[in-house]
Amino acid sequence: MLAKLKAKTKKAKSLLKNKAVPKKKTNKKSPPKYVLLLYVVGQTPNCVRAFNNLKKICEENFPNDYSIEIIDLLKLPQLAKEDQILAIPTVIRKLPKPIRKTIGDLSNTEDVLIGLDLRLGRSFKK
Amino acid sequence: MPKKTKKTKAPVMLQKCLTGITGLDEITFGGLPKYRSTLVSGGAGSGKTMLGMEFLIRGAALYKEPGLFVAFEETQEELTQNIGSLGFNIKELIKNHLLVIDHIQINRSEFAETGSYNLDGLFIRLGCAIAQYKIKRVVLDTLEILFSNIANELMLRSELQRLFRWFKEKKITVLVTAEKGQNAISRYGLEEYVADCVILLDNRMDDQVSTRRLRIAKYRGSSHGANEYPFIINEGGFTVTAITSITLNYKASTKRISSGLKQLDTMLDGKGFYEGSSILISGPAGIGKSSFAATFAYNSCKEGKKAYYFAFEESVEQIVRNMKSIGIHLEPLIKKDLLRFHAINPNSAGLEAHMHDIQKLVNEFNPSVVIIDPVTNLKTIGNINQVQDVLALLVSYFKSKKITVMFTSLVTEQKGIEYTKTNEGISSSMDVWIYLQYINSDGERNRAISILKSRGMAHSNQLREIIISKNGVRLEEVYVGTEKVLTGSARLIQATKLEIENSDKESDIKYKERQIQIRHKKLEAEIAALHEMLEGAKDEITSLNQQKERTYNLIAESRAKISKIRMADSTKPKSEKNKSGK
Repeated sequence: MLAKLKAKTKKAKSLLKNKAVPKKKTNKKSPPKYVLLLYVVGQTPNCVRAFNNLKKICEENFPNDYSIEIIDLLKLPQLAKEDQILAIPTVIRKLPKPIRKTIGDLSNTEDVLIGLDLRLGRSFKK
Repeated sequence: MPKKTKKTKAPVMLQKCLTGITGLDEITFGGLPKYRSTLVSGGAGSGKTMLGMEFLIRGAALYKEPGLFVAFEETQEELTQNIGSLGFNIKELIKNHLLVIDHIQINRSEFAETGSYNLDGLFIRLGCAIAQYKIKRVVLDTLEILFSNIANELMLRSELQRLFRWFKEKKITVLVTAEKGQNAISRYGLEEYVADCVILLDNRMDDQVSTRRLRIAKYRGSSHGANEYPFIINEGGFTVTAITSITLNYKASTKRISSGLKQLDTMLDGKGFYEGSSILISGPAGIGKSSFAATFAYNSCKEGKKAYYFAFEESVEQIVRNMKSIGIHLEPLIKKDLLRFHAINPNSAGLEAHMHDIQKLVNEFNPSVVIIDPVTNLKTIGNINQVQDVLALLVSYFKSKKITVMFTSLVTEQKGIEYTKTNEGISSSMDVWIYLQYINSDGERNRAISILKSRGMAHSNQLREIIISKNGVRLEEVYVGTEKVLTGSARLIQATKLEIENSDKESDIKYKERQIQIRHKKLEAEIAALHEMLEGAKDEITSLNQQKERTYNLIAESRAKISKIRMADSTKPKSEKNKSGK
């Protein structure tokens, strides 16, 4: 299971590195609970850091139950307007509803969990 | 990269970007700095958004430069509605992508911040639009929204610096709006980044009337008008009235236009006013300023000219009724559309707004004569300097259109103050100044008219009496005695007095004439007698001479006889011998 996840994140990483067209990472049969969109501009230190931080948080909090979609605005500049993205990096929690937004390199885990409200049903498990 | 543009700045004149906004290009001497950023700062409702929008609209419509309006506050619908009410056809511009409105929504409650980030998203968004529509002008309205929604101010400031550099590199002329700060130009100190040109807008209250003012606080690398300029926002958009932009190079007409009164024309070099001149009629209350103005308008219309009457005091009906009472029937002229009225309360708008109203209406109607009655009521909405400025603008506008304009002005009689003082400021922009005054004497109050000045013609120095009757306005000669000017009944009395004096004089002369004639005749008779005496003396002399000759002859004869008798041959009578020998 862990290996599978690692592979997934590796794929995501490679996508980021190769400036790949965003692609939903849904290898799972049942759709993941958390669908996250990460808006980046190329591979700036902030963006790489943000991806790593996000991945780490997801792994730690709800492994197997998330997907991260990386959207590179260099490739899809029109999405900056469509999705109202000003700050880079920005993470949008697309699912579960309602939509949540956090900007920054996500270096403070607690802030990310609060900001994206990712602690649903998990806060007491620890 | 930005250094390069700076280097080229020194040898080459600063390039400017015309705004197309009336007046603004004049006071900036050619528009905003091209490829640079301009900060427009002002309080709420001072017209920042309007100025920005018009900069883009005019840029697109007049100079075919596509503009991007980045709205942080209002949505595209709201903006188009607001601007649409100002008479611009912006839907067409938007359709042709000459005007692009991008509403950037930013709401602090919608996102959290953790760690470092930048505004690349904004850059990409703007860059995308700029590339897509070949944008040349950008308005950011207003960046301060970012400050209130983004916690990391340090990052924001460095990002803004980067943004303006980026615009410069992209050769885009930027206009940034900002809220006025308490002790600074803008609340968040945007002027630090946008330092090329700073325009301040102000909407202040002067005596309960709001007046908008514009000032260019800074313009790097260029001279600019330094004053505060009034501006208005009306259906024609944004208009800056730059009094200093008046050029005194209108053509002076030599054509004359009648004042509507023959006697007044006579006072004015016999021909009346110059076409396109400005005339001030001042005088105290009730003296007949409006009657003069109406007479002028009425007679001009009778000659087939068109006239526009701006009334700041009375309603149209009231003026028509009042003028009817002095035999000036304006109604038929109004019906024929030769005469138009515009009655408006001066307090209903600011001075500049009134001025633009007048200009707009005059432009539509294109009259030869304009009456502004009374101009003094404008003082209630501005101080004398402002009124003077507006009048100067109006006069220069009318002159450029060769419209003869007559202003009436109320003079309040104040003791110790020369009447001319109360018209100080107004009169300087006038070509003709006609002064009406009351002359109080013998329990009467009579009206008199005089011409204080009339540029470019030999005008009368006479004071004349004005008679306003059922038949209109008429001027009469007044009698100037040694002590005072006589008007009214005193004038009539003086006239009769003079008449009597004249007839007295006449009979006197006749009497003298007769006497002289008699003396003449006497002398003639004497001369005749003397002549006769002279003749008589002459006759006597001739008869005496004859007598003498006869006597001589007799003596000679008798001597000859005697000598004959005596037979004497004395030598003595030799002569007698010879004589006899003869």
